Amino acid sequence: MCCMIDSDIPIINSKLLREKIQENSIRIVDVRREQEYQQGHITNSVNLPLAKLLADDSSESIQKIAQDLGISDETPVVIYDDTFGALSSRVVWALQYIGHKDVKLLDVTFSQWKDLGYEISTEVPEIETATHSVKINPEIMATAEYLEKVKENKNVVIIDNRERLNYLEQHIPGAINIPYRTLASDGKILRTKEGMKTLLKNRGISEDAEIITYCGSVGTLSGLAYYALKSIGVPNVKLYVHSFKEWKSLEKPIDKQENANYWDLSAE
Amino acid sequence: MCVTLPISKTYNYTAIKNRQMAQQLRPSKPADKQSKIDWSRRQEAENFAETVKLFRQGKIDPDMFRRFRLQHGAYGTRMTDDYAMVRIKVPAGQVYPNQLEKIAQLSEMYSIGSAHFSTRENIQLHWVILEDVSEIMQSLADVGMTSREACGNTVRNVMCSPMSGVCKDEIFDATPYAMAIARFMLRNPICQGLPRKFKFNFTCCEKHGMIRIVDVGLLPQIQEIDGEKRKGFKIFLGGGLGNRSFVGHQLEDFTPVEDLLYTSMAVIRIFDRMGDRKNLSRNRMRYLVNDLGWEKFQNLVLKERAVVKATQSVIVKLNIDESVNEIQRPISVNDESASVPDGYARWEKTNVEKQSQSGFNSVFIGLEAGDITANQLRSVAEIIRDYSAEGFARNGFSQNIVIRYVHDDDLKSMYSRLIENGLAKTGSLTMASAVGCSGTTSCNLALTNSHRLAKEVQRKFLELNYDDDDDLKDSTIKISGCPNSCGQHQIATIGFYGGGGRHGTDMFPNYTMSLGGKFDEDAMLGHHTARVPVKRIIPVILKIIELFKENKQSDDTLAKWIDRVVSGNESSKITGVDDIKKAIAPLIVPPNVEDEPDFYMDYGSDTNYHTVTGKGECAA
Repeated sequence: MCCMIDSDIPIINSKLLREKIQENSIRIVDVRREQEYQQGHITNSVNLPLAKLLADDSSESIQKIAQDLGISDETPVVIYDDTFGALSSRVVWALQYIGHKDVKLLDVTFSQWKDLGYEISTEVPEIETATHSVKINPEIMATAEYLEKVKENKNVVIIDNRERLNYLEQHIPGAINIPYRTLASDGKILRTKEGMKTLLKNRGISEDAEIITYCGSVGTLSGLAYYALKSIGVPNVKLYVHSFKEWKSLEKPIDKQENANYWDLSAE
Repeated sequence: MCVTLPISKTYNYTAIKNRQMAQQLRPSKPADKQSKIDWSRRQEAENFAETVKLFRQGKIDPDMFRRFRLQHGAYGTRMTDDYAMVRIKVPAGQVYPNQLEKIAQLSEMYSIGSAHFSTRENIQLHWVILEDVSEIMQSLADVGMTSREACGNTVRNVMCSPMSGVCKDEIFDATPYAMAIARFMLRNPICQGLPRKFKFNFTCCEKHGMIRIVDVGLLPQIQEIDGEKRKGFKIFLGGGLGNRSFVGHQLEDFTPVEDLLYTSMAVIRIFDRMGDRKNLSRNRMRYLVNDLGWEKFQNLVLKERAVVKATQSVIVKLNIDESVNEIQRPISVNDESASVPDGYARWEKTNVEKQSQSGFNSVFIGLEAGDITANQLRSVAEIIRDYSAEGFARNGFSQNIVIRYVHDDDLKSMYSRLIENGLAKTGSLTMASAVGCSGTTSCNLALTNSHRLAKEVQRKFLELNYDDDDDLKDSTIKISGCPNSCGQHQIATIGFYGGGGRHGTDMFPNYTMSLGGKFDEDAMLGHHTARVPVKRIIPVILKIIELFKENKQSDDTLAKWIDRVVSGNESSKITGVDDIKKAIAPLIVPPNVEDEPDFYMDYGSDTNYHTVTGKGECAA
């Protein structure tokens, strides 16, 4: 039987994954820290701590990581974390950037998986290294320079996925705010397709727009937004990988909500 | 019945771990109690989303849109059209664990990760993008809540004392009547376009309520008529706080419950017909009462009531659900041999009220100026499930939460849980829990950051252990960020409202201080005493307390002493307000800006103060 996961479904259902676990033709990647992985992980999953990917995210480095994890161009990949999908999304993006096609998020976090009573293990599967090509996918990447060039364009929407207070305090001029929490729904890391479409519709964001997402520093929270948008079929989504931290360090223009002491409304 | 499971004696990580284990081990909790009344109407959410779109496309007149928005509980936000504040109504303040959890989630998704408990038992989400409001409305419908008619010229959230049903001095529980009035008025055509907002407050007794500072205030009474004991109310009309404040008048000796609806309708009809629709600053009903004179207004109400009675169909009635709430003590994980956690005695003294039901207590959870994080909301929901025998909570009058029906034996363990979650602030029932409206943190009208100021005052009081001082227990501090009254400063022992002051060409936040305000049976508005620069407010309060301590009589309280001072009945060195003015005068002199730049900045700001306000919406 062919074990390929239907690549039209953008997110892998936890029940379906259980069925696939025993088949060696899919690669499950756990992006938590090594120590957490060692204490127990989804059976048959391999570990890629996000920090390792972030340490060098050149395409050569991503390619090597993929190959070391036994991921070839054809391998279906499922990624999970314990951080509402934000870390995994960043890894999804990196693999897609070097041209990998079949990579998905698990619809629940590791904790939820465990709470459901599904299989976990401390065993580390043996990995046979694979060969992966590099076919850069430039249309999913935004740099500061690019963002600055297109941000006034009518068809461009910049989305800031940080929390509301951070956004109010400072953001890229013209950006709108969709806090990463907005992307989730009860018990799942992402909203339903319909829920996501309603959110965009209410906000007046056209699915034909060029959407660029960013967050605080390394593109995790905005990676989740990137993935959420891609998963409902928005064709043109880019991740500003180095996000607001870089934008600020480059001393690019910043907007803020003036004349209000909103921080003092926070209970923290 | 109580099943006791052992837990660790130290309240640390191990205790949390053990508790989690205990929770896994113990039998499942009884099914969550949920609101019996569904206040929501789902299609309003869709309609709201559509209307926002039309407004953004310029197809709806902005004034019309504003009225629509307010009718649906979305208030404007300081200096911007992009954001709204969503005010979630909590009728009679009764709120359920699943509702708190939903609000926690919504605050993270659409707001600032915190929610705000208001002085009128609402729960507010601030800095919500206008386009997201409909999603909040949808989600609120999942848990039976609504923001409908929480703002605008409508009947606002119907309040009820958080002690109703458990108060030692109450004659009967007013809650079912408050709920019935809320149900009758919500979406009712008779109150969709009033001249101005309209407020009902029910209470338990003369000590725990706010019945004389609202349009209609109701106090339960029982009267024997023809040998039969009949339930009814003392009804007070035409009170209210604001730029001009008035104390309500008692309509008649006794209003039987059968007349509750007719009386309420009669008052609303008169206000609707005769209230001022032109002059925005004086169109609350209290001005109508004042203009006509009480007797005339009273007569009109009584006549109108006769008309209402004679013309209403018999099917128009209140739906009063007096079925008894099930009281079942949750299975406890309490270990009676556990050591008493630090600070327990002080907390119990200043946060816990004994109930009329023996063995049970009402626990007041104080929040700094009403703010609570999403995670704390989730903890409160869990704590209600684990400790409250009635299975829900009540919002208080002072930006706080009250968890009732907590058994004597569970108090210590509950205190530990509250500590773990940063919810065990002492002094909830004392002067230390200062009230502050939202001020410049989100309100268009605000002149000062009253919200932060209330937090600063509370922190100072707790630092000085003033919450533990019996002399200060019955006093209050309330702060508004402008001359309007969201902070209810007029009824505080020491009240403040914000404004701007000037020294040469430099501006600074300057509050007007009033002394001797009271509520309940002796309701009285505070006396304006002095203008106090914001950075001198804490020293001035401390100075007043010092003067009190020097001059008090043996069994005096600050509130009693201030009352004598403002009414000229004090015989000590301080004989009147002028002596207080003299004593604080040196404290309130503005320094030069070079000598003390901080004096010219409001709390929460690092730039020099200047007043900025937008258009108010109370009147819209």
